[in-house]
Amino acid sequence: MKPPKFDYHAPASLDEALALLRRYGGDAKVLAGGQSLMPLLNFRLSRPAALVDLNRIPSLAYIEERDGQVRFGAMTRQRTIEFSPLVARRVPLLREATKWVGHLPIRTRGTIGGSIAHADPSAEYPAVLTALDGEVVARGPKGERVVRARDFFVTYLTTSLEADEILVEVRLPATPAGAGWALEEFARRHGDFAIVAIAALVVRDGARCGAARLATAGAGPVPVRLRAAEEILERDGLTDAAIDAAARRAAELVSPDSDIHASADYRRHLTTVLTRRALTRARTVAHA
Amino acid sequence: MPDAVTVRLTVNGVAREGRCEPRKLFVDFLREDLGLTGTHVGCEHGVCGACTILIDGEAARSCIMLAVQADGAEILTIEGLAQNGKLHPLQEAFREHHGLQCGFCTPGMLMTALDLLRTNPSPTEAEIREGISAVLCRCTGYHGIIRAVEAAARAMR
Repeated sequence: MKPPKFDYHAPASLDEALALLRRYGGDAKVLAGGQSLMPLLNFRLSRPAALVDLNRIPSLAYIEERDGQVRFGAMTRQRTIEFSPLVARRVPLLREATKWVGHLPIRTRGTIGGSIAHADPSAEYPAVLTALDGEVVARGPKGERVVRARDFFVTYLTTSLEADEILVEVRLPATPAGAGWALEEFARRHGDFAIVAIAALVVRDGARCGAARLATAGAGPVPVRLRAAEEILERDGLTDAAIDAAARRAAELVSPDSDIHASADYRRHLTTVLTRRALTRARTVAHA
Repeated sequence: MPDAVTVRLTVNGVAREGRCEPRKLFVDFLREDLGLTGTHVGCEHGVCGACTILIDGEAARSCIMLAVQADGAEILTIEGLAQNGKLHPLQEAFREHHGLQCGFCTPGMLMTALDLLRTNPSPTEAEIREGISAVLCRCTGYHGIIRAVEAAARAMR
């Protein structure tokens, strides 16, 4: 249970980090908070030639609001997000999700960029990014590009980031005033990865539902945006019947796998149950 | 060690230094290079919480960080909790309320509870349970631990 040998680099700037990635041509791994990568190294499931540690690049940690978005430097710690008044006010769904990310001593090290780039399909942050239709900024040798959530997650632990790119920023649209939100999760123990989680956001428009956003964690190889279920709410409002119809529709939109933790059928069942719970709670938070 | 690196840091208020390979886990550095064996090695993959220490005031798992990453940091380990031979209020409370049996998880429990009470001085029972869910106790002593953290919170306010 000790990591294999690797070259270790802790660059002081992003340009230096990008140059190192190029030098190793795909054989280097980027080390962010290390809360997923270090266990993989300890188990020797990952044997990179080099680690490029981003922890000595202070310019990668910030939270700011600009152009209707809240923007997070990739190395912003989950614990910082948990206590950020700006996040609580402008992206409350992310704050709620953060309390489900690992445990206290995981969140002090774990970062938003690391969690999203790692792309564990059971993780909470990818689900929030997908529900809110957020973006990530990737920087590589040719400069920066902005990637939407739907174009980012490819499959288990795989994203559309190139080997010579680093995820540098996460952008989430600020939540409109009066919106309701909820993240419902089922896991064997609090702090474990979700068996299934549902992130929900609803905007009330009088008796109608102006907009609904729903996405999953744990219900397939990537987070799934439940657009057809959202449409039921946007058409029929936030009545009990509409929420129930959306929850039942949600289970038809996911293709979970069976694994040691739960069968595919059980995950589909949870998708319905947790969608109903998340929407019911989001409705009570929302006000027209 | 041809590729050894020097790690300089402050542990429990004392400047320390050691040389190790970059792949050396911080918990092993604390125990083997600095002789601080109070921090325990449990699962070695960031699940059990026995190796929790404070780095720059925040609780973290020393088995899933590298020693070289602690270069320049201020570290608090279980050895630094008691001051001048006097137990910390958390230690007193764990003793008073039977917050430990075999003691293996106890360093991790105490360091985790320390950060929990720093950021939330008056936690509810549910918040204490959530906080200490970061550390596994296989003596199933959780009820005593919860009572101990509640008592320590009162004593520390």
